[in-house]
Amino acid sequence: MSSTNEGTPQTSTHTPAGLIGFAWALVGIPLVYGLVQTVRAASALFTG
Amino acid sequence: MAVPSFLARERTVARPGFNRWLIPPAALAVHLAIGQVYATSVYKAALVAHFDTSLTAIGIIFSLAIVVLGVSAAIFGTWVDRNGPRAAMFTAACFWSAGFLVGSLGIATSQLWLVYLGYGVIGGIGLGIGYISPVSTLIKWFPDRPGLATGMAIMGFGGGALIASPLSKQLLSWYDPGYDGTAGTTASGGSVAGLFLTLGLIYLVFMMFGAFIVRVPADDWKPAGWDSSMVKHRELVTTASVSAGNAIKTPQFWLLWVVLFCNVTAGIGILEQASPMIQDFFRTGQSSLVAPAAATGFVGLLSLFNMGGRFVWSSTSDYLGRKGIYMIYLGVGLVLYVLLATLGSTATWLFVLLAALIISFYGGGFATAPAYLRDLFGTYQVGAIHGRLLTAWAAAGVAGPLIVNRVLDTQGTPGELVAGNYRPALFIMVGLLAIGFVANLLIKPVASKWHEPKGVDAHTSTPERSAAR
Repeated sequence: MSSTNEGTPQTSTHTPAGLIGFAWALVGIPLVYGLVQTVRAASALFTG
Repeated sequence: MAVPSFLARERTVARPGFNRWLIPPAALAVHLAIGQVYATSVYKAALVAHFDTSLTAIGIIFSLAIVVLGVSAAIFGTWVDRNGPRAAMFTAACFWSAGFLVGSLGIATSQLWLVYLGYGVIGGIGLGIGYISPVSTLIKWFPDRPGLATGMAIMGFGGGALIASPLSKQLLSWYDPGYDGTAGTTASGGSVAGLFLTLGLIYLVFMMFGAFIVRVPADDWKPAGWDSSMVKHRELVTTASVSAGNAIKTPQFWLLWVVLFCNVTAGIGILEQASPMIQDFFRTGQSSLVAPAAATGFVGLLSLFNMGGRFVWSSTSDYLGRKGIYMIYLGVGLVLYVLLATLGSTATWLFVLLAALIISFYGGGFATAPAYLRDLFGTYQVGAIHGRLLTAWAAAGVAGPLIVNRVLDTQGTPGELVAGNYRPALFIMVGLLAIGFVANLLIKPVASKWHEPKGVDAHTSTPERSAAR
């Protein structure tokens, strides 16, 4: 989502999409790993 | 307390065009790391054997960390708001990592007091500062969706345990080939020391990444196409500012404190006992219909609902309003608790469904609290106010297990309990939820006498100045 900053003399910046993707991957990959492992453990409730 | 210039708040103000979607992963980097505190059960038995002590003595490590979390969040909340998220995240990373390293030294040298000091006290300070550090920043970046914003960060705290638990088992099995993570095998003390060392270093890098990508919005920034006057249409949502010093003088703060305390105490009642509870509910004689492996699966399922509830319910609160969503957490939660106590033992699927929903409300209550504070007191010192509110968590962390354990102690011996033995504890939780429901109902907009003059901001004014009014 874009954003605005009205009335300031600051130079504008651009956040590279690659950086955003990298940051989300860095937190997302461990989270998916944890979710998969937990779903596997939880499945024992229905199979164990 | 001054901070080095590279951590200063002024250095983190985003320039126009900065993409705010870089902020949630910064917050998640911190919360996923500190969420490890809920994965301590992985090495509990190993520490009991290593120190040749009781489960209670080892349990103190976790309890100490949670109590210090609440106290440090309350004490350092104002400092966090004044110095900004980078300084706070950097400090949290140093404390959290140092806590692991000192704890590792304590395990390696067989000195339990060093583990108390390291993980419990030093790590606990990292927990407290880390927990509140990204919250107010997210609220400022997402004024249009504060529930979604806080839900994203605080979901990470629930997710941290999901990552740390399997990761710790994997690392322990590498460091101690005799340990395979299954019931009956216990990791050596040396391998737990190695685990602490490894986690300390991993979390340091992970949290520092968050600290260095985080930014605060400029004072006049707003999302494209969003008008701040749009937030005024709900009765409880203010555009005024209330300082942390003044917030704790208002009935609204203490009513919300009671709400959080009751919701957390009720949730902990189930979480603490999850594994034995499901087995006891379906016990016939000496055996249970629910096997230990299935009970472990139940704990995993609750973790998923705890995490999911943080994101889903907090995001939903942006549409239903904070007061409305807490009426669901507490009112529907109360009904679910009654059903659990009376019908929970009739079918496993019903028990699991009821418990999962209750735990999702528990998680939701945590994640929605900062957005509720923002509605009532504004964004001015919301981090500091949130820090003070977290003392309710610390108190509930003591009260919840105490209520359940005391009641169960009077009912019989562990391993022989049945569903009926849990009813007194469950009905106490029903009573607590009723108190919380009434407290939430009584919350009204904050009186204008507590509002700050227009134009103040958190990092240039002090709570002392506003409190002296």
